[in-house]
Amino acid sequence: MIEEGLKNELAKQGVVLTTLQELYNWGRGNSVWPLSFGLACCAIEMMAASMAKWDIARFGSEVFRPSPRQADLMIVAGTVTKKMAPQVVRLYNQMPEPKYVIAMGACAISGGPFKQGYNVLKGIDRLLPVDIHIPGCPPRPEALLHALITLQKKIETQALTGPNRPRHLDAAAPSEFPVPEFGEHDIVPAMNPRLWKPTPVVR
Amino acid sequence: MSIVTASPVPRNYEVIPKTSLDGSELDGELLEVAMGPQHPSTHGVFRMDVVLDGETVVKLKPVFGYLHRNHEKIAENTSYLGSMPYTDRLDYFCSLTNNWAYALAVERLAGLQVPERAEFIRIITAELTRLQNHTSVCGFLLQDMGALGTPLMYAFREREKILDLFEALTGARMMCNYMRFGGCRCDLPPGWLDRVRKIVDDFPRFLDSYEALLNTNEILLARTQGVGRLPRALAISAGITGPMLRACGVDYDIRKVDHYGIYDRFEFRIPLGEHGDVYDRYMIRLLEIRESLKILQQALKAVPGGPVIDPKAKLRGFRPKAGEAYGRIEGPKGELGFYLISDGSPNPYRYRVRPPSLINLTILEDMCLGQSVADAVVTLGSVDIVLGEVDR
Ligand code: SF4
Repeated sequence: MIEEGLKNELAKQGVVLTTLQELYNWGRGNSVWPLSFGLACCAIEMMAASMAKWDIARFGSEVFRPSPRQADLMIVAGTVTKKMAPQVVRLYNQMPEPKYVIAMGACAISGGPFKQGYNVLKGIDRLLPVDIHIPGCPPRPEALLHALITLQKKIETQALTGPNRPRHLDAAAPSEFPVPEFGEHDIVPAMNPRLWKPTPVVR
Repeated sequence: MSIVTASPVPRNYEVIPKTSLDGSELDGELLEVAMGPQHPSTHGVFRMDVVLDGETVVKLKPVFGYLHRNHEKIAENTSYLGSMPYTDRLDYFCSLTNNWAYALAVERLAGLQVPERAEFIRIITAELTRLQNHTSVCGFLLQDMGALGTPLMYAFREREKILDLFEALTGARMMCNYMRFGGCRCDLPPGWLDRVRKIVDDFPRFLDSYEALLNTNEILLARTQGVGRLPRALAISAGITGPMLRACGVDYDIRKVDHYGIYDRFEFRIPLGEHGDVYDRYMIRLLEIRESLKILQQALKAVPGGPVIDPKAKLRGFRPKAGEAYGRIEGPKGELGFYLISDGSPNPYRYRVRPPSLINLTILEDMCLGQSVADAVVTLGSVDIVLGEVDR
């Protein structure tokens, strides 16, 4: 490992020292391409974030890809209904690794204002591994940018080897998740027990 | 008016026989494509099942329900005031007009009066909503035609200015939750009207440049003129409202017909189209923006002082007497109505939304049959749907 002070000294002389891991993460973190995939109201704020005023391009994420095959990041922006949940998981499964998920808005986190509804999934983290949650209804575009920066920080800390390596470098970690189907009363499975466990009720 | 059932093109799902140059018959097959629910041009989670013969649409089936959020059921289980924030999330581009329609229905139910100042504020916010909705729709329509980014960026730049006003007034950019039964939630912040005036004065400049760039653009003309035609009689019998109906040349605007609010006091015209194609719908929206600007200019001159909410209006423990009421307004997308039945309890017994987007979408197949699949995308864009309102 090179000392931080020496590195800075060298950088002043025009010598840049880095590690493969840093370079790799730097590249990955600054070109996170989101899937252009909007579900409800929050998607409009996601769109606003990509427009001139907030300009998500400053963080390297302006390339919204319509195809999951070209996307790195799924922004679940809006209410996931039980009719839509299977397609959301299917889209996630179609994305290549490395891939990340941002749950944007109260609905994607927990069902939000529509939680009591019979057709609303109570949080996408029951079915997908969510990296960042953004509260708000809808979150402001700044909040989305903040989430993106947080995600970049997370990517920076991931090591190429060892226990902290990202999922795509770990052969044992799953990269696809079971797609739920319509059951008699609910989607089946209603949640992925590997990802989400109901909070025990303490009486 | 007779009921029209015939569609412009005969609905045959058989393959039109194709012949090669030497006259021999070629094999043909129908192709079924499910566009959506995740598709860049379906405006949210909407699915069109199209049957294609080559490039031509021979059948189109809209599939809804991917965003069914139980709005009506939730509203029947909560107090009248409790549904106000939910109405924001119906058509999430125009929360203030949704608020107004709902408030109007409840005011009719409970017989509340709206003070003069509140009526002015309602008109100003509703027309600002119309401005931002129509500009964004035109941006999205052009995006569907392949003008990626630029027109939408321009539209959103203007939209953001109006959203800043909404934020100053209501505290939220999109989900304003501002109207109350018998008035508005709070008074205008200081200097707000001057900010509106500035935006209203600047808006024609943006419109001029937008129209100069686009209205006679060859690609736009080729992609929109004669595309997605809607016959006038069919539009009337299908219950189409809003810019879609007026683009067919039917003079029907609830602001003029229903005399709700204080629209009678303002001078404005209703732009009408002639052909009922996508181009007319696009132009109607731009012309409506100019009329809205006229209303805004007149309203801004005359805002009176006084309270913004009926002093008799009770927000907590609100129980209208048994009865029913229908309140409707001319939303940016068409007739937005709320139908309420009260049984005297704090919750509505029945709460029903008449969503313009859903009803305008019902004739999508009639507009698209016989045209190419690329035109179906543009036609869908010109209907101006918001899925929150279609599925509720
Ligand atoms: S969190 Fe709020 S704004 Fe976002 S999709 Fe849900 S209801 Fe709409």
